[in-house]
Amino acid sequence: MSTTTHSAHYGFAERWLPRLVLAPSFVLSLVFIYGFIAWNGYLSFTASRIMPNYEWVGLDQYRILFENERWWVAVQNLGLFGLLFIAGAMGIGIFLAVLLDQKIRAEGVLRTIYLYPLALSFIVTGTAWKWMLNPGLGLEKLMHDWGFANFTFDWLVNPDYSIYTVVIAAIWQSSGFVMALFLAGLRGIDDSIIKAAQIDGASLPRIYWRIVLPALRPVFFSTLMILSHIAIKSFDLVMALTGGGPGFSSDVPATFMYQMAFTRGQMGLGAASSMMMLATVAALVVPYLYSELRSKRRG
Amino acid sequence: MAYPKLAALSAGMLLAFSAQAAEVEVLHWWTSGGEAKAAGELKKTMEGKGHKWKDFAVAGGGGENAMTALKTRVVSGNPPAAAQIKGPAIQEWGAEGVLASIDDVAKKDKWDTLLPPVVANVMKYKGQYVAAPVNVHRVNWLWVNPTLLKKANAKVPGTIDELFVTMEALKKAGIQPLAYGGQPWQDSTVFESIALGVGGADFYQKAFVKLDQATIKSPTMLKALDTYKKLKPYTDKNAPGREWNLATAMVINGKAAMQFMGDWAKGEFLAAGKVPGKDFLCVAAPGTAKDFTFNIDSFVFFKQPNKDAVKGQQDLATALMSPSFQESFNLNKGSIPARTGLDMSKFDECGKKSSEDFKAAAAGNTLAPSWAHGMAMSSATQGAMFDVISQFWNDDKMTAQQAADKLATAAKTK
Repeated sequence: MSTTTHSAHYGFAERWLPRLVLAPSFVLSLVFIYGFIAWNGYLSFTASRIMPNYEWVGLDQYRILFENERWWVAVQNLGLFGLLFIAGAMGIGIFLAVLLDQKIRAEGVLRTIYLYPLALSFIVTGTAWKWMLNPGLGLEKLMHDWGFANFTFDWLVNPDYSIYTVVIAAIWQSSGFVMALFLAGLRGIDDSIIKAAQIDGASLPRIYWRIVLPALRPVFFSTLMILSHIAIKSFDLVMALTGGGPGFSSDVPATFMYQMAFTRGQMGLGAASSMMMLATVAALVVPYLYSELRSKRRG
Repeated sequence: MAYPKLAALSAGMLLAFSAQAAEVEVLHWWTSGGEAKAAGELKKTMEGKGHKWKDFAVAGGGGENAMTALKTRVVSGNPPAAAQIKGPAIQEWGAEGVLASIDDVAKKDKWDTLLPPVVANVMKYKGQYVAAPVNVHRVNWLWVNPTLLKKANAKVPGTIDELFVTMEALKKAGIQPLAYGGQPWQDSTVFESIALGVGGADFYQKAFVKLDQATIKSPTMLKALDTYKKLKPYTDKNAPGREWNLATAMVINGKAAMQFMGDWAKGEFLAAGKVPGKDFLCVAAPGTAKDFTFNIDSFVFFKQPNKDAVKGQQDLATALMSPSFQESFNLNKGSIPARTGLDMSKFDECGKKSSEDFKAAAAGNTLAPSWAHGMAMSSATQGAMFDVISQFWNDDKMTAQQAADKLATAAKTK
């Protein structure tokens, strides 16, 4: 008798305690993430100006958004920035990880040095690179002072190239982080496979290319996820480095949204642009989540 | 929505906090040298009346950051007592239903007789005063370093043609002619003065106040755009992103000869210990000697949840319009008093000239609101125009015709 009541009590706690503990964070994320996404979605269909109002205008804000030249510059910049940043950070990161994986001396020191930029905020990175890339202060002036009078590097103030300076700074910041992720992955690979390949006479580059890197597929995907969301939400780096300028040549969707919603009294338009950003993130994340969940169910 | 509850909650908290002293919280963006001194004057005046001054300063020249901070506070139901807002934006805030009328104070102190009608109208929402003006800035100034001009044997330009002669002479002498800050609002500040010089007051009114499509696409506008773009070779390569006060510092330190900027630049010269007429000259932007583009700073009052704050608000309104404050504040800020009939003897020659020109322009009906400083159009239209002007300045492949067409589209932004 007594054992059954005991276990019933135990069953109650077991069933409800986790739910009770999880409830606050569940409610918080429901309200502050999904609730606000819904509210923002609603605002994007209203004529909101400097503050939210609820005058329904249908798809007007989206129509205005798609006719806005600055928005398309921002989208194009995001595409350029995203591709170059992800490819660059990934390439340099993997290369560094492979080099560090060769059981070299002072690996700990080198690892710290390469990982260190990650400890800086994007604001600091942006400001530092702004000084280095400014033709009158940084690299160009240094080269001129050293006697290379013809050296020019004015990407920061050239509207055609300003977005590439953002790419440079972002790669500098993030490739150390990619390196750390891949290094951890490389260390997790069973030595005996590599030894077997060596016995078979495979060269070192071939071992990495055909055996080690394919085994790192999960690391590859999680890095891709992290880098692409850094790219899409990039805001602080652009603000600190170029301020979206010259003109609006290095605008990205996040800075566009900020400008419209908070400084120009076009909150409805800002909401519409942030919904487009959400759609972009969803287009990347949903297929990934779907395939992950499916493979888990299968496994 | 969730506002009323939130507002009630924060109001309750406010009551609890403000039981001891009436605190007057004022949002502004006067953070650079000369401006910060001017804000200090206001603080002194209010503390003299026994109020506790709570400074809510948000840095950033054009006040963009300050507006963001303000919106957050208003949405959360906890607005500051007063905030630095000006021009058509006063009407935009009025439409949101968050402003407090200070008509009682205005009637008692007879503001209607003290302010020129063109100024008074800006301060009213639906016929009631909701804002108090503190100064009148003139935007169409050219700041000149006379030592450099003498070195190049050039003279102070009075017309657009003379401007280019002077700049050419300076360039030949190895002196950078123009100090330029490449930020959107600064791009448009310079363009606005050039457009006024090229087209005159009538053109300006039609193009930038009435936003007349035909005028915006007219040959005069093309000429204005071309003239503006011709300034670019006379600026330096590092201009993009430069703050206005750093550009002014270039004129002060003799690194560049001239700068187009409103008269807040004078505060920087004075803070650096320079003497007007001797170390630096203030002249009307070339071709605009008879015109006056105004930029009026004002404080807008927000509805307050408790009575103590309202009392502080009314005292603030009285203080802002008092002759002593208008004088001492404007001496520091570089502008001229908004209330007319004040003794200008303490002002320097730039101030005196500005005051005379203001009166003359008001009488001749040529007072022009500065659109680059939010006095002529809504923030959305202004922002769209900024985009075009900055793009035109930075993109060397863009023609004046393309820019004019884009300006016409931007003018339709609602």
